[in-house]
Amino acid sequence: MKVLLELFYVFFKIGLLTVGGGYAMLPMLERETVENRKWITNEEMLDYYSVGQSTPGIIAINTATFVGYKKKGIWGAIFATLGMVTPSLIIIMLIAHYFDNFYKYEIVKKAFSGIRIGVIVLILSAAIRMGKKAIKDNVGVIFTILSFVIISFLNISPIIVIVVSAFIGIMFKLIWKGDGQN
Amino acid sequence: MGKINFVRIFLIFFKTGLFTIGGGLAALPLIQEEAINRDWLTQGEFADIIAISQSTPGPIGINIATYVGYEQLGVFGAIIATLGMVIPSIIIICIVAKFLLHFNQNKYVQGAFYGVRPAVVGIIISAAYSIMTLTIFDFSKFQTIKKVYEVINIKEILLFFLLIILVKKTKFHPAIYIIIAGVIGAAIF
Repeated sequence: MKVLLELFYVFFKIGLLTVGGGYAMLPMLERETVENRKWITNEEMLDYYSVGQSTPGIIAINTATFVGYKKKGIWGAIFATLGMVTPSLIIIMLIAHYFDNFYKYEIVKKAFSGIRIGVIVLILSAAIRMGKKAIKDNVGVIFTILSFVIISFLNISPIIVIVVSAFIGIMFKLIWKGDGQN
Repeated sequence: MGKINFVRIFLIFFKTGLFTIGGGLAALPLIQEEAINRDWLTQGEFADIIAISQSTPGPIGINIATYVGYEQLGVFGAIIATLGMVIPSIIIICIVAKFLLHFNQNKYVQGAFYGVRPAVVGIIISAAYSIMTLTIFDFSKFQTIKKVYEVINIKEILLFFLLIILVKKTKFHPAIYIIIAGVIGAAIF
């Protein structure tokens, strides 16, 4: 039970601090679950994120659910997910009721322009940390660069990139194992 | 009458959650179609809701669901809509996670993640890049204005580099940098 409440608390915090888009979740998730509590590793976080991206549902929610499940099964999944959405519930209801013009104020717009840049920097630094763990050989480097180029400039869905890279990854592993090399 | 509406809201957002694949932004057209077809909102109101949802904590898809649910049926509407959005995730991920965690020594699963992990790093970097092209570089201006300094937003770049240095030199909680970025943005932009 204590673990479940902790899951709720941690994901409540993550949900509260994820401002400016679902991607902003990653640095928070890394700090809270990988660094502070060592619930998962950077590699696991990447794996769950990739699954979250490829299955139905919002990525941030899927990722939270996965971490919760890993930690404490179905109940872990439920508590983590509920934790993640509760700040949204509360804040949105307050705003809908009282403040729904807040985002039109100039100072708020400016603050969010700044926040967006903060999110970029945090995502990049998290990506670098994860990259060090995830990219183990030249194949990895190629995959990273290719996927960046394909998604940024060719407008191809990330899901396709994930599925294809999974497929190629399997081929690689089978070929190497098959030859008895590596 | 009330009960039927609660169930309908739940089902509408359950369907939306089920068909949102990828980023929460994918939820937008789905919710928009439902809400505008039912005359719950006008286009303008929906645009406002999107703007608000981007500026508040939490994934944008959840924020929108909560907002629309609240506008329709108050607090319970908000809760039902949000639950509708997340329950498909919980069910599907529990099944997928159980399978993957059980089979994580399997060579196919390992091979798959061997390929996927670096690719996801590339995906994440491209997400950062796409936000960058919106805030730091304004390519839409490039057609009308030829000078470079009009295309690049100097203040944004300065903040960008300032934050990079800060993040490299210090080890604060990520939220601290967000707050600093917001305060500086409000002050100098």
